[in-house]
Amino acid sequence: MSEMMDYSSRIEDPASRKFETFSYLPEMTEEQAKKQIQYIIDQGWDPAIEHCEPEFSRLHYWYMWKLPMFGETDVDTVWNELLACHKANPNHHVRLIGYNKYKQSQGLSFVVFRGPVPTGNSTNVWMHLKNHGPDWVMN
Amino acid sequence: MSRAKYEAGVKDYAESYWQPDYTPKETDVLAVFKVIPQPGVPREEAAAAVAAESSTGTWTTVWTDLLTDIEYYRGRAYAIEDVPGNDEAFYAFVAYPMDLFEEGSVVNVFTSLVGNVFGFKAVRSLRLEDVRFPMWFVMSCYGPPHGIQVERDKMDKYGRPMLGCTIKPKLGLSAKNYGRAVYEVLRGGLDFTKDDENVNSQPFMRWRDRFLFVEEGRRKAEAETGERKGHYLNVTAPTVEEMFKRAEFAKEIGAPIIMSDYLTLGWAAHNSLSKWCRDNGVLLHVHRAMHAVIDRNPNHGINFRVLAKLLRLLGGDHLHSGTVVGKLEGDREATLGWIDLMRERFVKEDRSRGIFFDQDWGPMPGVFPVASGGIHVWHMPALVDIFGDDSVLQFGGGTLGHPWGNAAGAAANRVALEACVQARNEGRDLLKEGKDILTAAAKHSPELKIAMETWKEIKFEFDTVDKLDTQHR
Repeated sequence: MSEMMDYSSRIEDPASRKFETFSYLPEMTEEQAKKQIQYIIDQGWDPAIEHCEPEFSRLHYWYMWKLPMFGETDVDTVWNELLACHKANPNHHVRLIGYNKYKQSQGLSFVVFRGPVPTGNSTNVWMHLKNHGPDWVMN
Repeated sequence: MSRAKYEAGVKDYAESYWQPDYTPKETDVLAVFKVIPQPGVPREEAAAAVAAESSTGTWTTVWTDLLTDIEYYRGRAYAIEDVPGNDEAFYAFVAYPMDLFEEGSVVNVFTSLVGNVFGFKAVRSLRLEDVRFPMWFVMSCYGPPHGIQVERDKMDKYGRPMLGCTIKPKLGLSAKNYGRAVYEVLRGGLDFTKDDENVNSQPFMRWRDRFLFVEEGRRKAEAETGERKGHYLNVTAPTVEEMFKRAEFAKEIGAPIIMSDYLTLGWAAHNSLSKWCRDNGVLLHVHRAMHAVIDRNPNHGINFRVLAKLLRLLGGDHLHSGTVVGKLEGDREATLGWIDLMRERFVKEDRSRGIFFDQDWGPMPGVFPVASGGIHVWHMPALVDIFGDDSVLQFGGGTLGHPWGNAAGAAANRVALEACVQARNEGRDLLKEGKDILTAAAKHSPELKIAMETWKEIKFEFDTVDKLDTQHR
């Protein structure tokens, strides 16, 4: 049995912040991300791209990148849009969504390009919003 | 116009209540019972007796029968089938006209269907196997306060099962120590923690203290991880007034989800709580304590698929459904059947999964099935394969029993889950490649690696008592 390890998550450390599905795995390679794009297409879902400043990533609404790619079935087209969004917003998280219109839900949503860890004292925005923000931030 | 004359006396049930030519109407409530009659009672008579005693009949003719159109109001036994693998028993199919039931009252339907008839002398044992609820009844019920899609949106969790953990020991922790266990689990990466079913407001931990300490831990974990978290605060209480007092307080402090034990709490109380949850935007987790008393005996009682269907009608956003692979009873095909009944819009008759009727839920939202009990990281590939994305997988001992503590245990489960979902989406076979997938994921997660070393030997390989009825010869 190996030596006991401390669990190193900290409020003060922005690197401790996660961003839902697949954020406990290493960032995906291009090849891995393309397999997830293929999965979205194979399910009949519509791909869409969103991006956000990492410190605000817990809010429901991120910036949409253009419009969802309704009916798009080409993996490379989706990948190139992800690249374009990432290039235009290099300091943001960029996520890929698969809209399932029959369930009125997102079949998949995960961050493909992870924004750099923010520095300075803006990192605990969520705590600040919860303590001082409007009611709608609560839940 | 009939011109029947009153004749006092006892008639065979089959004379009035066995109607093999009857074609069920779309508006009928349909039920199938597994019947073992007393020796010497013919099948038709026993089936008719069940139909009569669960609807209009009594043991003797009464003159007041002639004051109404009794033929219209009857429940009718309309079919009989052999039970595969059980020569003593048979299935009796009964149709009940819509007029027999109050709109929106699950309580009323079951007071008829599983009322006095279960103590009736002509049958030795009786089990309600399935019920078909017609659309008019489905639409008159309240249903889940939020449902699967709304909960995903509120919690911001997509494309994977959600993860939970029941805090242990079940009883005996102080509120502050209990909140510590909650905080550690949530900061480690699980989405939910849970009060155990029997955690209410005992002297060692009164409910109000628990709610406040837990809520602080939950909020700190949210701030730390940047993800949305919930803890199911159990509001099950000795009285309905007390239950609502606790629910109101949970809402006041900002808790996103509460829980109830719907069978011990009572269905009317649960239905009221479910309505309150929708009105107040609080998610509702439902535990099924006491279900095995009702559903485990294969010859007597109520099959769990019926208890699951009625919970969807009463309302709940999560319901415990069995794990198939853990420490608790659960036949795989039967479980697949009722988790579909909990979350799909339309479920077709499928005897191989114990489903006797088509069930149309119309627009009623679905309920997340919850797999909980005796599961750990090694079960993850099978759980993802069996339950799919729309489920909550709950690891109690499989999180808290990690050698480095709750946060590490939670992280191990989260990494294992995400690795399995990623692999499944890539088209890999989780059941065949599960070990490789977990081993590869453990290379970048020391928490998962040590969890896999800790639990690899644990298995629960007892035979299921409540199996589907299958041919034995």
